[in-house]
Amino acid sequence: MANSNGGDARDQHATPMLDELETGPWPSFITGLKRLRDSSDKQYAPMVNDLLGQLEHSYENRLGYWKGGTVSVFGYGGGIIPRFSEVADKFPASKEFHTLRVQPPAGYHYTTDVLRQMCDIWERHGSGLIAFHGQSGDIMFQGCSTENTQKAFDELNEIGFDLGGAGPALRTSMSCVGHARCEMSCYDEVKAHREVINEFLDEMHRPALPYKFKFKFSGCPNDCVNAIHRADFAVIGTWRDDMKVNQEEVKKYVAEVGRKYAIDHVVAMCPTRALSLNDDDTLEVDNKSCVRCMHCLNVMTKALSPGDDRGVSILIGGKRALKIGDLMGIMIKPFMKLETDEDYEELKEFAGEVIDFFAENALEHERIGETIDRIGLPAFLEAVGVDPDPNMVKHPRTSCFVRTDDFTEEAEKWYARKGRKADDDATVAAE
Amino acid sequence: MSEAATQPRMPDEVGVPDPFQYMHPVMKKNYGNWDWHERPRPGVLRHVSKDGESIYTVRAGTQRQMDLYTIRKLCDIGDQFADGHVRFTTRSNIEFLVADPAKVDPLIEKLQAEGFPVGGTGNSISMISHTQGWLHCDIPGTDASGVVKSLMDQMYDDFIKEEMPNRVRITTSCCQINCGGQGDIAINVQYTKPPRINHDLVANVCERPAVVARCPVAAIRPAMVNGKPSLEVDEKKCICCGACYPPCPPMQINGDDSTKLAIWVGGKHSNARSKPTFHKLVMANLPNNPPRWPEVSEVVGKILKAYKDNARDWERMGEWIERIGWPRFFELADLPFTKHHLDTWTGARHNMNMSAHVHF
Repeated sequence: MANSNGGDARDQHATPMLDELETGPWPSFITGLKRLRDSSDKQYAPMVNDLLGQLEHSYENRLGYWKGGTVSVFGYGGGIIPRFSEVADKFPASKEFHTLRVQPPAGYHYTTDVLRQMCDIWERHGSGLIAFHGQSGDIMFQGCSTENTQKAFDELNEIGFDLGGAGPALRTSMSCVGHARCEMSCYDEVKAHREVINEFLDEMHRPALPYKFKFKFSGCPNDCVNAIHRADFAVIGTWRDDMKVNQEEVKKYVAEVGRKYAIDHVVAMCPTRALSLNDDDTLEVDNKSCVRCMHCLNVMTKALSPGDDRGVSILIGGKRALKIGDLMGIMIKPFMKLETDEDYEELKEFAGEVIDFFAENALEHERIGETIDRIGLPAFLEAVGVDPDPNMVKHPRTSCFVRTDDFTEEAEKWYARKGRKADDDATVAAE
Repeated sequence: MSEAATQPRMPDEVGVPDPFQYMHPVMKKNYGNWDWHERPRPGVLRHVSKDGESIYTVRAGTQRQMDLYTIRKLCDIGDQFADGHVRFTTRSNIEFLVADPAKVDPLIEKLQAEGFPVGGTGNSISMISHTQGWLHCDIPGTDASGVVKSLMDQMYDDFIKEEMPNRVRITTSCCQINCGGQGDIAINVQYTKPPRINHDLVANVCERPAVVARCPVAAIRPAMVNGKPSLEVDEKKCICCGACYPPCPPMQINGDDSTKLAIWVGGKHSNARSKPTFHKLVMANLPNNPPRWPEVSEVVGKILKAYKDNARDWERMGEWIERIGWPRFFELADLPFTKHHLDTWTGARHNMNMSAHVHF
């Protein structure tokens, strides 16, 4: 029986190697692909049959057979990942198999209703294969012909979804579940994620940056969206005042797990020796030594929680190997209050300054962490208007190869800043 | 044809969708007002708000690359037991949000009956975060989804139980760009041969100065080959990283025998206890052996067993190794230590032991 795409529904590719991935207890993506292939009344059946054929071919030869190209939708310069098959002569129905990167709702919340709408759109225009989510955070609608790309995007756009980033551009962002379901959350991740990304959306849809630029938003230092390693601009929730201790719950915890366990696994595991268990099984916290690592809060979820004076730390420059080697983000803003609308405006302003610096100074294919490495941190701090702070360093420099003839003037600036801060604190205290 | 029909539809630049329209009402109501949480059983979280309201989360593993039949089945289950509200984790687990505690056990039974493992919480091995591989990437050395399926089959029990010393985060990546990211264990393609160059295509396909600039060790230079402008590689300098391949596909880095898998351990994203760390190389040159990659499974199994048997509660993989020392790790995991474990990249000296601290 010939179907509309010219293939033959009975003529399924043999997939002996892929078939082996249908055994075992974990859900099988191969079984899923076969369900699509076997839906002979659907437009995607021939495409998925040939996709399986090509994948089996890859398994046999241990090589990939996709190449890139240029595919986009009206008005945008990015967001579609084009894939053309190099073995289209053997597998013609999947010769075009593009991905639409679509930005997820902040925090990855969905109703079954909106998921079904996505499925219906993808049933009409795509392969029927969707990944929740890609490593940048996008919903990946995988497998679309060039012709159908615009149709699929238009319909997804009509239900309120927008393309994400690809290429040298602002990329799709991620935020943790945060305020929606987590007591560790130190700021409104949804607000920060949406306000920052939507402010710079033009940089996502019309790529003009030297290379990719990623924001990620984690509500606390547990960093559930892996921002420090993987984001050019990591926003990590934290607090400045004392952590909150419910001593009755501490006692209950100690009674439950035993004193030795509590000492070995909570007190002794504190990285800065900021904890001590009192003789009456209450907890003493040296908050000036605490580095907000989260361990004790993670273990004693009922007894301990973040303080009230909350905000964020910002680390800049995380990325993986290419080109100079792995870089983690480095601490640039140890604390920014993030509560009022003005605070969020300030976050956006700072983000804008960092993006501008990147656009003006980075070489082609250079991430901002590499730019900072190349020109030196002091030049970056000066460009974005941030003063040096001891929280930025593991320790001060160990190399004597530096010119310090303006050290005294720099020291005066430090004392002036300290003086201003003392005045501000006094004003706040007076209010 | 009317003018409207001939005009392309311009996008509505909505950006990041507002999640409140999809969020479970109990979460919406208690947004920013949560007090504490507990894990009643593996795969289930219970969060309690400052007003005493509870929401249960039931977490299940998925294959990430989901067909729409699977997604619709998950939606049916969500409608029946979770008021139609779900979310996904960064590791592609699906979470069902349940306000009524009476629905938790029936939901778990239903998920298990439909073949979705319930777990991935607390000190378990969660779903492997991974890349696209042969299924969709343009530069892959292996198939991420197949490696992941094979490993998750093997580690199934440790997904549905919480019996590891701390959480275990595993990643796989199908090239050295490592889109899968850092992990307690990372299984990454490691190329072992310099690119093979198709000189007939280079001039037409590649922007040659950009390719030269891309090389981390300046091993690529312009050259005339057979009378055509092309590129050549100093194979003594070449570190086989594959960076030239994406901008210049005629510089093929993959080979059916030369693309190998390496295993790295001790990466950690969280700031809990110790600072975030990168993963470190422990094993290389494992064969890229579809469809089940048994050699990879064997090494991962040995590492996990050594960790599970020897680490203390709350020690992540890297923290455990930090305590017992690398000599003991290589012994316990039964892995060889070679000259390739000594760093040779920029900053290598900082990875050496600059002390008299030794483990015997």
